[in-house]
Amino acid sequence: MRPLFRLLSDELIERIISEARDILCNLGMEIHNDGVLSMLSDHGASVDSETNHVHFTADIIDKALAAAPDSVKLFDVMGRQTHDLTGHNVYFTPGSAAINILDPHSGEIRKPLTADYVEYAKIVSRLDNIASQSTAFIPSDVHEKISDSYRLFLSLLYCEKPVVTGAFTIDAFDVMKDLLVAVRGSTDALAAKPLSIFSCCPTAPLKWSDVTSQNLVDCAKHFIPVEYISMPLSGFMAPVTLVGSLVQHTAETLSGVVLSQLTRPGTPVIYGGSPAAFDVRYETTPMGAVETQMIDCAYNEIGKYLNLPTQAYIALSDAKQLDAQAGLETSMGATLAALAGINNISGPGMLDFESCQSLEKLVVDNEICGMTLRLARGIEPKEDFPSQPIFEELLREKHLLIANHTRKYLQDEHYFPGAVIDRANSSRWKEEGSLTIGDRAKSEIAKLLGGYEPTGLSDDVLAEMNGLMKTEAAKHGMDSLPHEDL
Amino acid sequence: MELLDQISLNLQNGLDEKVAVLTKDAIEKQIPPKEILNSGLIAGMNIVGRKFKDHDIFLPDVLLAARAMNGAMELLKPLLIKEGIPIRGKVVIGSVKNDLHDIGKNLVAILLKGAGFEVIDLGNDVPAEKFISTAKEENAHVIGMSALLTTTMPVMKKVVDLAKDEGLYGRVRIIVGGAPVSKEYALEIGADAYSYDGANAVETVESFFPVNS
Ligand code: B12
Repeated sequence: MRPLFRLLSDELIERIISEARDILCNLGMEIHNDGVLSMLSDHGASVDSETNHVHFTADIIDKALAAAPDSVKLFDVMGRQTHDLTGHNVYFTPGSAAINILDPHSGEIRKPLTADYVEYAKIVSRLDNIASQSTAFIPSDVHEKISDSYRLFLSLLYCEKPVVTGAFTIDAFDVMKDLLVAVRGSTDALAAKPLSIFSCCPTAPLKWSDVTSQNLVDCAKHFIPVEYISMPLSGFMAPVTLVGSLVQHTAETLSGVVLSQLTRPGTPVIYGGSPAAFDVRYETTPMGAVETQMIDCAYNEIGKYLNLPTQAYIALSDAKQLDAQAGLETSMGATLAALAGINNISGPGMLDFESCQSLEKLVVDNEICGMTLRLARGIEPKEDFPSQPIFEELLREKHLLIANHTRKYLQDEHYFPGAVIDRANSSRWKEEGSLTIGDRAKSEIAKLLGGYEPTGLSDDVLAEMNGLMKTEAAKHGMDSLPHEDL
Repeated sequence: MELLDQISLNLQNGLDEKVAVLTKDAIEKQIPPKEILNSGLIAGMNIVGRKFKDHDIFLPDVLLAARAMNGAMELLKPLLIKEGIPIRGKVVIGSVKNDLHDIGKNLVAILLKGAGFEVIDLGNDVPAEKFISTAKEENAHVIGMSALLTTTMPVMKKVVDLAKDEGLYGRVRIIVGGAPVSKEYALEIGADAYSYDGANAVETVESFFPVNS
């Protein structure tokens, strides 16, 4: 049986959805995008163009929900399917868009460089429990106007896994889309085999900005999957109760579904988010708070109730170092998320309120992901009944190490974490240098980088991608790009 | 208990109506407005700030005190102006061009206002020129800028450079904040200060104004 964790009863889910729908219809949303406003008006929503206020109708919400697909499939750079985001399938994605990186050598928190990004992409390509990449941080050695497209470019160049990304401006979308099309060969091929998910954020409370709503519309036009990232901050920009925050999250996310599905019915969408508790002592938005994680798991139940694939920023920590807090918050989030069946679980590698990536933490988190993926498979009998024969064998042979049953099920039944998880006895641990988890993560990184294999992209595709990126860079006065010198 | 102590105490407890009544009372009793401000309201706010830092009280308590402060300031402001006593300082604040993050900036604005500063909030997505022109028009003492994106931080430097070109630099203090910003960055671009949160922003802006000026 696949173990499942639930926080909401169906009655409560229905009530939350119904309250959220009322809010969309009665209070409405503020949307700062003329194109979106006129589209909504064409579909019968009442729009006040003075205040940018839209009152939704029950009809457009129903239509949108009926049109939204219940599964989103992703395919890697080479066109192989990697994800089926549906039901209770779970996949892990590193936390995205960090401002800083924790320098593995000096322990310093600093702005990331292209060299860090390339290392990151290479490492992700080799982490078995991380199914997709994210554009995890912003290289600071390129012009800020290309920092969003350049990280997507680097990801596609160095790692075959699908990419969770997002644009910072309206203009950036085009070149990012062109890069994805270059990999697939055509717009239709990209629509048939999605390679990337774009994150699009409503603004709490109950608003869409020009940029993020336009990104959403542009994605829908090209059948590029989006995940809505609503961020109610409980007690600050949202009601303090978890239920109240869920109502807000539901309203904001449903409005996103409507915008996407009215633009192009059937376009792939993911019921995501990054809500947070608000810590009224430190003025911060803790991602590792248990209440944050509860809101995540609960809105995932609402998304499932609406038959939509789900996502959350949940397997991450607010610690500043790879320390016990980092481990406990990340593990708690990853475990709850896997048990709740959140389809795309975002967060590994991330520290400091989504603002710092750590490659060592990513390698450690890969093991947390491995353990929780095992947990999610639950307990099933495997030639265990009747039990008498295997016990007869045990009593006869004095051990089962080489029994057929053992050899058949050992690898499947037990997850063996990599070297960063310490399972040596203490004498061996001492003899091997009394290494800390940080030390072990560093040597794991070196090992992973050493075994890196380039992607299978053809020279033609590489040339086209390079051409696109160079043209974009030239617009902002850069005639060479840092990765060329690595 | 002395009236000004009572103002301070009620302000600490976030009782805005009571603070307003007591402030009116103090004005009627001819206590100099400056004394009401410094020994009553600001004294109370300083204690609130300290307690918040020590986690004795939480942010909502600070905002309640700030609301009481704002109410009392409405009563005192006309008198302070009449007597030519400068208000505590005028701050022009905003989130920089292309940055829509304004939660942190709003909080800083509320807390500064609560500490008795006059705050002109330009909202988000504010062009560099707008910070400068408003600071000039309003004779502001401080420009506060917020950036939450790596890509929008450079606007802060633009504002500092414009302030230099326009002869404001040094006269108007520039303070910056937001997740990607740091003390080092503030120094690098020539801003006067950096603050990591709202309470710290209040302390820093206060440090720009020597006591009894
Ligand atoms: C909430 C949030 C949003 C909300 C903002 C809502 C709003 N009205 O502001 C929404 C959902 C709209 C949003 C949108 C986006 N966001 Co955002 N967001 C955040 C988040 C999670 C928290 C920010 C916050 O409000 N914190 C709480 C407040 C109280 O704290 P604060 O802002 O830090 O402010 C305090 C201090 O910094 C200081 N301070 C702040 N300003 C000032 C100013 C002065 C003068 C002083 C003295 C002090 C000071 O005092 C404040 C009070 O304590 C951060 C994560 C993070 N670590 O910051 C990401 C984050 C900043 N966002 C990020 C991104 C990528 C985006 C988007 C581009 C996503 C997208 N693709 O759509 C868009 C950007 C849109 C745009 N053009 O601006 C990235 C930044 C990446 C980068 N390297 O630049 C972050 C780091 C998250 C992440 N890893 O993805 N976001």
